[in-house]
Amino acid sequence: MVNNTNSTKPVIEIKEMHKWFGSFHVLKNISLKVKQGERIVICGPSGSGKSTLIRCINRLEVHQKGDIIVNETELTGDLKNLEAIRSDVGMVFQSFNLFPHLSVLENCTLAPIWVKGLPKKEANDLAMELLTRVKIPEQALKFPGQLSGGQQQRVAIARSLCMQPKIMLFDEPTSALDPEMIKEVLDTMIELAETGMTMLVVTHEMGFAKKVADSVIFMDEGEIIEQNDPNNFFNNPKNDRTKLFLSQILNH
Amino acid sequence: MSLETYKPGSYPNLPPPLGTVGVSGWVRNNLFSSISNSLLTILSVTLLYYLIFGIVDWFLLDAVFDANSKIECRKINDGACWAVVSRRIGQFVYGFYPEAERWRIDITFYAMFFAFAPLLYPDVPKRKYLLWFSGIYPILAYLFINGGYFGLTKIEYSLFGGFMLTVIIGVTGIVCSLPIGILLALGRQSKLTVVRTLCVCFIEFMRGVPLITLLFVASSMLNYFMPPGTNFSILVRVIIMFTFFSAAYIAEVIRGGIQAIPKGQYEAADALGLNYWQKTRFITLPQAMKISIPGIVNTFIGLYKDTTLVVVIGLLDPLGIARASLADTKWNGLSIEVYIFVALFFFVSCLAMSRYSLWLENKLNTDHK
Repeated sequence: MVNNTNSTKPVIEIKEMHKWFGSFHVLKNISLKVKQGERIVICGPSGSGKSTLIRCINRLEVHQKGDIIVNETELTGDLKNLEAIRSDVGMVFQSFNLFPHLSVLENCTLAPIWVKGLPKKEANDLAMELLTRVKIPEQALKFPGQLSGGQQQRVAIARSLCMQPKIMLFDEPTSALDPEMIKEVLDTMIELAETGMTMLVVTHEMGFAKKVADSVIFMDEGEIIEQNDPNNFFNNPKNDRTKLFLSQILNH
Repeated sequence: MSLETYKPGSYPNLPPPLGTVGVSGWVRNNLFSSISNSLLTILSVTLLYYLIFGIVDWFLLDAVFDANSKIECRKINDGACWAVVSRRIGQFVYGFYPEAERWRIDITFYAMFFAFAPLLYPDVPKRKYLLWFSGIYPILAYLFINGGYFGLTKIEYSLFGGFMLTVIIGVTGIVCSLPIGILLALGRQSKLTVVRTLCVCFIEFMRGVPLITLLFVASSMLNYFMPPGTNFSILVRVIIMFTFFSAAYIAEVIRGGIQAIPKGQYEAADALGLNYWQKTRFITLPQAMKISIPGIVNTFIGLYKDTTLVVVIGLLDPLGIARASLADTKWNGLSIEVYIFVALFFFVSCLAMSRYSLWLENKLNTDHK
């Protein structure tokens, strides 16, 4: 079975990767393997490089040293490889980044039509199906500016899913939302996790981590400090910095 | 009527007290709210009365619309002498284009509205077919105005003049400078050093030189720079200069628009796998153009009015015709009438552009509908 061979090989493999912003060393010697269908939550204090790490995976940020291999393709300056990888890797941003001049439906169909060459009708059907999955099909003809933050983020998730990606990256998807809207977005993400999607999520929502993560990573000062399954991660963290971070984030 | 107090909500259908809403309320609040305000109101209304009636008298009631000379005008009445305009209206509109051929200009002019309609208004009926017409219109207009084909008499450029010349230079300049401006703006942001340098040099040169200088270059020197054997007419050279000049400005306006787009838009487009041209066409340009509409129309209006500068190189634009009329001994000294007429023409054209841009801005506003 195809799935079996896939599950043994990692879909994302990062080997001894380094990144600098000018002379500032943001990511130090990162190594990480993500298997098909695995759900990883990355947490850590602000400025620890967690966003930069997942932005390196679809090359929104360029790494300077080490290898990143996504779907058996190495990330290099080669544009052809890059476009192929980007259409396989979906990304959801903290600030939604919907296209304000296009309707919700057009936001969802733009990339499938032009990048994948899907006929317009199929793209529309697919978009409506996914908008239904994130529970806002009735907003399809509105513009992003007319929706609430939570609705916009769900549209952003649907837009990424329209490219039928193999991997989804979430960069603090709930940090810009009002508390009452966080739940609707997290529920959507939990449902997505249940479909077996490979997910890398940068978030401070520890409840979400406990519920769906296969593995939780703690980063500080550009390094992966600790990686463990959620049960061990939350109940007996090994590293002192992890303990401190968890005490800060859980005790309020 | 005695004042009574009601509990809020106890008379939901009671109208508001007289004199606080509607016309009378507005007048009371804004014009007669105090003694000094009332005095000022009365004073202003009196002044306006005399001013408006004076103007209307001069422009219309006491004006003379037909006469053979200024002296005759003055004998009939003491208002404006519009005869100078009405007797020479043909020159004002067509310059020295032969009278027998002027229907060609009329047809081309009216056809222009059909060519522009599908471009300016996306909801025009039968837009698909009209767009084809828009595509071939420039060629048709060129052949039709110029002549020399299909049995149409060839008309020399030196005979062009008046409002027709303004519209030809203005509209051609506007239509050509927008795409060139967009390309220059994109080129200036390009990662390719050669492209970027060329665009920066072109923009800086065109913006750094007065338009009149460019027009003198067009009239005297441009043919030296062209390969031997090419010989553009003076009108084409002037249009090229106008186009380049306003393209440089448009490029900078659009660059401002491009830079105003949040970085997240590009990141989202990148993350979806769109390539550079797809990103430019679907994400960057639509948003940048929308932001730049006021600046672009500003540049267009400027270009349109600057067409009057061609008078310095001897083309007879409306101001040239005006000067020629005033030089006529019969109409000596009627400069107010003549220049007001020319000004009115420019004002109406420019107002139309500015109104259109407001309409478009409103239409494209997707923020809070």
